[in-house]
Amino acid sequence: MAAVGSSVARKDGIGKATGGAKYADDITFPGMLFGRTIRSTIPRGRIRSIELDFDRTGFTIVDYRDVPGKNAVDLMSQDQPFLVEREVRHMAEPILLLAHEDREKLAAARVKIEYEEDTPLFDPEKSEQVFKSIDIVKGDVVAALARADVIVEGTYRTGHQEHIYIEPNGVIAVPEDGGVAIHGSVQCPFYVLKALRCLLGSAHPNVRVIQTETGGGFGGKEEYPSMIAGHAVLLALKSGRPVKIIYDRVEDMIATTKRHPAIVRHRTGLTRDGRLVAMDIDVLFDGGAYVTLSPTVLSRGCIHAAGPYRCDDTRIQGRAVFTNTPPNGAFRGFGAPQTEFAVEVHMERIAEQLGIDPVELRRINALRPGDRTATGQILRDDCSAHMVLEAAVKRTDFARKREQYKGTNRTIGLSLFFHGAGFTGAGERNLKSKARLELTPNGVRIATGSTEIGQGTRTMHAQIVTDALGIPYEDVEVAQPDTSKVADSGPTVASRTCMVVGKILEECAHELKEKLGGLSPAEYYVRNGPLTVERMYEPPDWIQWDDNTYLGDAYATYGWGCDVVELELDPDTYEARPVKVTAVQEFGRPIHPALARGQIEGGTAQGLGYALLERVVMRNGAMANSTLTNYTIPTTLDMPEMDVVMLENPYPGGPFGAKGLGELPMDGPAPAVVNALRHMGLDVREIPATPELIAGCRTIA
Amino acid sequence: MRSATSLDDALRILRDERRTPVAGATDLYVALNFGTLEQKRFLDIWAVEELRGISERGDMLVLGALATYTSLIRSPLVARRLPMLVEAARQVGGVQIQNRGTVGGNIANGSPAGDSLPVLAAADAVVVLRSVDGERRVLLTQYYTGYRATVMRPDELIVAIEVPPVEGKQWFRKVGTRAAQAISKIVMAGVRSSHPRIAFGSVAPTVVRVSRTERVLASTGDIDEGAGVLAEEIAPIDDIRSTAEYRLRVATNLLRRFWAETS
Ligand SMILES: Cc1cc2nc3c(=O)[nH]c(=O)nc-3n(C[C@H](O)[C@H](O)[C@H](O)COP(=O)(O)OP(=O)(O)OC[C@H]3O[C@@H](n4cnc5c(N)ncnc54)[C@H](O)[C@@H]3O)c2cc1C
Repeated sequence: MAAVGSSVARKDGIGKATGGAKYADDITFPGMLFGRTIRSTIPRGRIRSIELDFDRTGFTIVDYRDVPGKNAVDLMSQDQPFLVEREVRHMAEPILLLAHEDREKLAAARVKIEYEEDTPLFDPEKSEQVFKSIDIVKGDVVAALARADVIVEGTYRTGHQEHIYIEPNGVIAVPEDGGVAIHGSVQCPFYVLKALRCLLGSAHPNVRVIQTETGGGFGGKEEYPSMIAGHAVLLALKSGRPVKIIYDRVEDMIATTKRHPAIVRHRTGLTRDGRLVAMDIDVLFDGGAYVTLSPTVLSRGCIHAAGPYRCDDTRIQGRAVFTNTPPNGAFRGFGAPQTEFAVEVHMERIAEQLGIDPVELRRINALRPGDRTATGQILRDDCSAHMVLEAAVKRTDFARKREQYKGTNRTIGLSLFFHGAGFTGAGERNLKSKARLELTPNGVRIATGSTEIGQGTRTMHAQIVTDALGIPYEDVEVAQPDTSKVADSGPTVASRTCMVVGKILEECAHELKEKLGGLSPAEYYVRNGPLTVERMYEPPDWIQWDDNTYLGDAYATYGWGCDVVELELDPDTYEARPVKVTAVQEFGRPIHPALARGQIEGGTAQGLGYALLERVVMRNGAMANSTLTNYTIPTTLDMPEMDVVMLENPYPGGPFGAKGLGELPMDGPAPAVVNALRHMGLDVREIPATPELIAGCRTIA
Repeated sequence: MRSATSLDDALRILRDERRTPVAGATDLYVALNFGTLEQKRFLDIWAVEELRGISERGDMLVLGALATYTSLIRSPLVARRLPMLVEAARQVGGVQIQNRGTVGGNIANGSPAGDSLPVLAAADAVVVLRSVDGERRVLLTQYYTGYRATVMRPDELIVAIEVPPVEGKQWFRKVGTRAAQAISKIVMAGVRSSHPRIAFGSVAPTVVRVSRTERVLASTGDIDEGAGVLAEEIAPIDDIRSTAEYRLRVATNLLRRFWAETS
């Protein structure tokens, strides 16, 4: 029986179910110290003085002067210091590091910092410091708007969102022969490696990064671990001892990245019968105090901003700007949930203003193979916008329910969405990702930097290799990512781990099979000894992309989805309670149906939380509700019945036809919820749509 | 941490030393974890069986201070006499918290969002305090002197809660920040009788009985008038969980719902 397409046992299942799996905080090293970060308590200003108000015996103390290389996190630009030198740009910014072997002494140490405070900037609309701006122009939007029968405008807002991976950020730095090793909860070991090389400079050439079992990431462990790993390394090098830093939940929520809040403006021209004529879109992302990954988040956000619709004349202008708040960063969906929320709510408002059924409006405009996207990409046969829309509408009996619920406190709404898989444009070509297969005495070992963060990387990669090589699933093992031992397969982000890395592994397996010449791996190993096959990713040759104009083939393929949400509104408390969600998603081919379903269910839950519950309360530039008590994510009782439908429309460039799936489910729930509320007459244009917001919201006549 | 196995033992320890009682620890542990717990010395009373029972004494329903939410949910006596407390108990935390959290702890902790408090306030419950010097009884509505401040002395323990017979239909509604594992943004308990008794949590520094609203409803029976008075009688605040405006509006909605459902 083929492994691909069946829900085989997870490679990491037993370890996790029995408690055997070792997470960063489960691991200790002899002589290990604990590290603590002293952070700024103002959002903007300069440090005037630092006073250590404790007995320093046994303490290791590090500040920016201890940085051997460059005091900058090496991401897209090197503007963010590991440790503040003088200038404070946001609350909870790291200033000083302490380490001690006694956790209580460490926690009790008092540091007094005096500041010269400046007036902070919190409003992104008032920010003049632009991290990145993007202008995607197709056709002539001004002329097209002038031609349009009807123009519909609107502004839509989305808030911060916290990742709430179950395991907070944590790493251990261990000095070893002529260098240092980092063991930690990370998504992208090679990103951390790059950052540490920059931090340490030429003084410490031997750095390696080992991913420990990781309790979730959702993008929150894409770039941030470079920071905490740098801190642990500085303390470890100064003390000469292993140093562990594990954030508690409050510190994790206050100090680490969140989803970018967004303000998106639409100005759309249409014919009277509902054809999109012009889309003029303005996207503003609050980047926080440093650049981090904002340019690429903005890029993905802008590319998805016109939604899965055809319109010849579009203009999408985007800016990611500075504010005195902790930097925002990668989060499942990477900018697309914000802009797809806006366009989908806007489409609903257009339908309302034109008096057209919202499903019909989408039928008229949804992309088909041969159509051009906002970046001018001509879609191929793996475009499934209509397929998911029709399937969802039929399965939910949408038209009838929409009619039937009118005037009751029950309602129904939908959203149509898409998500590009893999790095944008030339990204995959530039990455040059590699994957490796190594023969073992009993089978093969997969050696890549792709991380298992709960989503099923190990299992899914092993399934692909199993079938491509034609050996039993049990004979495939997966190496723990250690940058000194595995191939750099690129970061575990952007819904690329199956589609891209899985593809390289499939090709490795084919090559290996040829080399084995009909022998089983074990037989070959006995006769000839070890054998390794390593290959590099070759993106499809037809991909054309211009990084200056943002025109061309933004992604090799897209996943497509249509979510239908039914909900009830409590007339006394204004709580919107989802009672049923139907998630119809097309992503090529589910390699592991149970895991794929898990991604859709989990992503939909996260999307419902984003839509209704998850509100980051910022006060003076810091998260005021930084506990799981007061930042509420959905519990099982908040989750409705879920009907998940997985459709297949293979992408020829993916392993066994697979596209990316991880992020797609995040894009749909919020607009579907808000469109359902709109059908009830509630003019919501912002999320989270908390009961407080709904109570005060305008009703539609 | 010291442990007591009998009430006498516990009270003697509290007479001799300043110690913070620990019942289910579901509130204390949160503070400990956040590093906001000031106390360093504790007295574990979990094993004091005398404080655990639920019984009737005369016409009083007596809840031992250590009665857990689970025991309230399972008690036929409570179900018969004070069903709104069962309803409140079901909506506290999750199963683990219901197994450990106690009614005495909910009262002593004194959070204005404590879910059992409006029920006990509306039921005219009495808090029984005891020290080595003897016992005293305080109406729950007079037990709090301010935000998390109570009349309890450091050498006293809450030993029981006495609930007199409740005439009339009982009603309870919790409005949390989500469907479960939630702190109340507003919580209301009501008893519909010739003199309605109505209490709210999370609208003031302590749980409150809205006596002016009660009087208007008792004398006129006019819910519009009652809702109007309620809006003047309570002055909730904005906080990280909700807004004053929302709380006020929902409080009046709940009052109306209570009135309609208990008529
Ligand atoms: C996850 C979670 C969910 C929760 N959900 C809810 C909820 O939905 N609704 C709600 O109201 N509460 C909730 N709580 C709070 C808590 O569970 C309740 O307040 C519970 O009733 C406290 O009881 P306890 O026995 O655990 O108190 P403890 O934590 O043991 O004690 C709390 C305080 O009361 C004092 N104390 C305890 N017993 C006595 C006594 N007999 N005499 C004198 N002083 C005493 C202690 O010294 C301490 O100051 C939740 C807590 C958690 C952790």
